[in-house]
Amino acid sequence: MRDPVSARAKVIPPSGIRRFFDLAMTMEGVISLGVGEPDFSTPWNICESSIYSIEQGATSYTSNRGLQGLRDALSRDLSRRYRLTYNPDTEMIVTTGVSEALDIAIRAVTDPGDEVIVAQPSYVSYAPCVTLAGGVPVPVECREGDRFKLNPDALAEKITKKTKALVINFPNNPTGAVMRREDLEPIADLVTDNDLTLISDEVYSELTYEGQHTATATVGDLWERTITLNGFSKAYAMTGWRIGYLCAPKNICDAALKIHQYVMLCAPAMGQVAALEALRSAEDDKNRMVDEYRLRRNMFVSGLCRIGLSCHVPEGAFYAFPSVKNTGLSDTEFAERLLREQKVAVVPGSVLGEGGQDHLRCAYAVSRKALSEALDRMEIFLSVLK
Amino acid sequence: MDEHDFQILRIIEENSRLSAEEIATMTTLATAEVRARIRALEEARIIQRYAAAIDWEKAGNGEVAAIIELKVSPERDYGYDRIAERLSRFSQVRTLRLITGTYDLQLVVTGKNMQEVSRFVSEHVAPMDRIRETATHIIMKTYKENGNAFFEQPETERLPFSF
Repeated sequence: MRDPVSARAKVIPPSGIRRFFDLAMTMEGVISLGVGEPDFSTPWNICESSIYSIEQGATSYTSNRGLQGLRDALSRDLSRRYRLTYNPDTEMIVTTGVSEALDIAIRAVTDPGDEVIVAQPSYVSYAPCVTLAGGVPVPVECREGDRFKLNPDALAEKITKKTKALVINFPNNPTGAVMRREDLEPIADLVTDNDLTLISDEVYSELTYEGQHTATATVGDLWERTITLNGFSKAYAMTGWRIGYLCAPKNICDAALKIHQYVMLCAPAMGQVAALEALRSAEDDKNRMVDEYRLRRNMFVSGLCRIGLSCHVPEGAFYAFPSVKNTGLSDTEFAERLLREQKVAVVPGSVLGEGGQDHLRCAYAVSRKALSEALDRMEIFLSVLK
Repeated sequence: MDEHDFQILRIIEENSRLSAEEIATMTTLATAEVRARIRALEEARIIQRYAAAIDWEKAGNGEVAAIIELKVSPERDYGYDRIAERLSRFSQVRTLRLITGTYDLQLVVTGKNMQEVSRFVSEHVAPMDRIRETATHIIMKTYKENGNAFFEQPETERLPFSF
């Protein structure tokens, strides 16, 4: 029999922490800082409006682009929040999570052999999505010395004649780094001068703890060459609803829409109703959650430093990214032993791409009580190491 | 009052047993400043007291509670204030509010048993001057009070890892 598995499917790497996952599932009493999702339930007014819509029978397909009301509300919301202007009828697609938005964005712009630069450390799906689209992912490392921002010189070194696009994610998973307008300006120049497309995953935009989020497409002349990706999962604690969106100039949006209609048809209808309600009425709930994350961040990062793990202060998202360099263990060894010996689950940074090695991703989207217990256990673990 | 004060109030309303050090870490204020702000909030009687949220039903002390609504003729120059002040002196009255609608005052009254509550209403509240009508509603079960829900939320299953 011929090997049924395609070369492309073979070449994409399996999840780097499957082993950890399986181990954690067999253990009792694990405190998990390994989950990239809010610990809050979706605010009830959002759930209730979706339940009501189901009771009313709104259970069918929506238009490919997504509910008109949701796109109209999103367009207004993006303009008010970030001064982003997108036409809800021609420059916006509601997607099944940002995951789908990312996939169709990459496929809409990548031809076989195109190089797509991916700023790392990063969420794990960017590079495999490029590979699946026939492109060649080229990592560029965001260094701790730059507070994990994308350094324009490092980016310039990676640009070749074959470079088609750049994928960035700020506020960043896993580092919590944020790019301010002045940080983005030199990147914008490089992208424009080299005629690249910028894919900007801004799903953590509302989780910005100091000052305001800068939408990438509002910097310089980037709008006409930027695909903005965002979604409801993180800000409104709606991970399971699977609602994201893609915004781009019409020519790119049309291409992405073709892919979307063939592979997804539309985002889940009940999730779209919930997302609309989130925009209408959940601002206070969202702000309360963001305030709570900020308190947890301050508490957790100062705790990490107290127990001897150096950690830059993340300005966004809900991850701390401490270094384990001075412990004598690699990040994978540290994470595995911490799980086995003290039952604290964290993600070893090396699975998150270049620049991730020697770091741990710790999601502080868990209760303060659990965070403080996790810190105690990590302190014991470190004292045993010495 | 500034945003830091509001933040401190929100934190201690949720858990008043946190130490000044812990609050300082979370808010990135200095511990001495947190202490000073809390003291000022206490002195201004914005923080009234530190109390626990108790599920008395679960504790099983056997007390009963009722909501009493009153129609009251307001007094010239004082409105409802004087009668409300008189009512509030009774230790049986746990909560007292002026409300809009059919009735004017709403009380939450507790007692050891139903007889005690009804005796309190008929002997002390109903005969008061200016009270024209009363309606008594026995509280059968409290599900949520002051933002605190009294039923167990099932733990939702979360994955141990996700990216």
